Amino acid sequence: MITTTHYMVLSAGLFTLGLLGVMTRRNIIIILMSIELMLNAVNINFIAFSYQLQNPIGQVFAVFVIVVAAAEAAVGLGIILAFYRNKETINIDEMSLMRW
Amino acid sequence: MVDAVAFYVLAALILGFGALVITAKSTVHSVLFLVADFLCVAALYVTLQAQFLAVIQVMVYAGGIVVLYLFVVMLVNLKRPPEVHSDPRRLGRLGVVMSVAVLVELVAIFALGWSKPEVTGGGGLSPKNVEQLGRLLYQDYLIPFEVASVLLLVAMIGAIVLAKREL
Amino acid sequence: MVEAIILPLVKIVIVLVAVLVTVMYIVLLERKVQAWVQVRLGPMRVGPHGILQPLADVLKLFVKEDITPVRADRWVFTAAPIIVLVPALIAFAVIPFGKTLSLFGATMPGYIADVNVGLLYIVSVAGIGIYGIILGGWSSNSKYPLLASLRASAQLISYEIAVTMTLVTVIMLSGTLSMVGIVDAQLAGGWWFGFMQPVAFAIYFIGGLAETNRAPFDLPEAEQELVAGFHTEYSGMRFAFYFLAEYANMIVVSSVATTLFLGGWLAPFPNVSALSFLGLVPGWAWFILKTFLFLYVFLWVRATLPRYRYDQLMRLGWKWLIPLAILNVVVTGLLKVLVK
Repeated sequence: MITTTHYMVLSAGLFTLGLLGVMTRRNIIIILMSIELMLNAVNINFIAFSYQLQNPIGQVFAVFVIVVAAAEAAVGLGIILAFYRNKETINIDEMSLMRW
Repeated sequence: MVDAVAFYVLAALILGFGALVITAKSTVHSVLFLVADFLCVAALYVTLQAQFLAVIQVMVYAGGIVVLYLFVVMLVNLKRPPEVHSDPRRLGRLGVVMSVAVLVELVAIFALGWSKPEVTGGGGLSPKNVEQLGRLLYQDYLIPFEVASVLLLVAMIGAIVLAKREL
Repeated sequence: MVEAIILPLVKIVIVLVAVLVTVMYIVLLERKVQAWVQVRLGPMRVGPHGILQPLADVLKLFVKEDITPVRADRWVFTAAPIIVLVPALIAFAVIPFGKTLSLFGATMPGYIADVNVGLLYIVSVAGIGIYGIILGGWSSNSKYPLLASLRASAQLISYEIAVTMTLVTVIMLSGTLSMVGIVDAQLAGGWWFGFMQPVAFAIYFIGGLAETNRAPFDLPEAEQELVAGFHTEYSGMRFAFYFLAEYANMIVVSSVATTLFLGGWLAPFPNVSALSFLGLVPGWAWFILKTFLFLYVFLWVRATLPRYRYDQLMRLGWKWLIPLAILNVVVTGLLKVLVK
């Protein structure tokens, strides 16, 4: 019997994987992809609860999450390209112009 | 029975592909595993009676956003050596510890007890999924819908301005 | 139990075999049609009038040596043709060939599945096919395929926008995303949507030509440009997959155009009782007839029109088709509100 708890544990696992990716990888594109994994984990949670509570508002919110993820990916990749043209690197350790 | 098998298989695939995304050596392989991950998540949505969201996930996420990632990876990968795993500040190990802590906390909260909310209104999920979502988006949630479209317009203009070359 | 599992499996096998055989024979038909347009005869040797030529082609591709470039990414190189072929085939799961079919005495629905988001399913699956082209070019690890694959995928995603906008107008007219529902709406409304939406029909057809990399939009894979484009380094069965996928995509585009704009399995003038003798021809026969009409126009256009240059192609897509499609959506919406 698959309860909502199963879906929530899956979502927590996927979120943690995304978090691991953000914290440990140095390649900025992989970091952005890990953020997408985290957003997907949140979406799974929304849809699971929408199914349990039989309320379609969870799906509506998941649509908005996808919209925001698309906007963020586009602008994030634009920033990466602009940075790459200047500094020729995508290693986040070298993107430290404004660090003390 | 069938839905239990479907859930476990899909969950294993989702978590497996997710792990491969963050650990693959080549960036293009990471992107491919991300696509596979999104397709499995879409399959999971179908089992949860969210058919419209499943096709939107495939169309927008797997078929749009990840294509964008693939293009940028190919543009950036052209002449660089593979990534050097230098870790001068030991953030990597700290990151692993933090992530495991977050995971343990979340699983404890979910599995051990959380007050089950009672079923609030909403009228139930109808099998005419698209019509129901359309009605909600255009009647009850029209303002967030319009704000989202303005957000997409802003993101489109921003991406073009950031990434274009000065010709 | 039987209906839930066995019948769909039988239908899937029938559809797959039919599609693959049709693809082989469309290759022959294309060579013949091009030949007749150019006042020559085409393949004539293998079998009477070249009927068995596809078998010879398949045999040749089977036994050809499978070359992999030295520093190509092995897994992606192998996976790319599969990623192109599978979406082209699974799109047939929602295409309705007829309302009901009687096979071996049992009456069953004339489609494999009637998903309530059928049209969006086809669009999303077509979006996955783009990966095969990008990855095929990238994994060959050589300049020409990479450039050609970037061009091809940019072309595909540009025209996908215009095509999706035309599908929006069809959905506005029919009120449902299910393919069977769209044909039923055409039956109820009395007019095929091709007559109610001529602009959308034209844009869909032009976009379909571009989506399948067919002439006059076949710059990414033309032999005179970029050394055969993104499948330069492919040979043998993998090249056969790319080939199959292109023609299967053509059949998918034609089938979807038939369902959406030409009434699917409906006979012409279904509501006119004087012409009800046309109902004696089964629905799937009308469907196949209309699909072949589209396929013939595809081949005809290839034999007739010169190729678009890449910047002309992109200009046509972005500056003409997309604004026209959006205008079409607005006008359709206005008419729907005002006329009601």
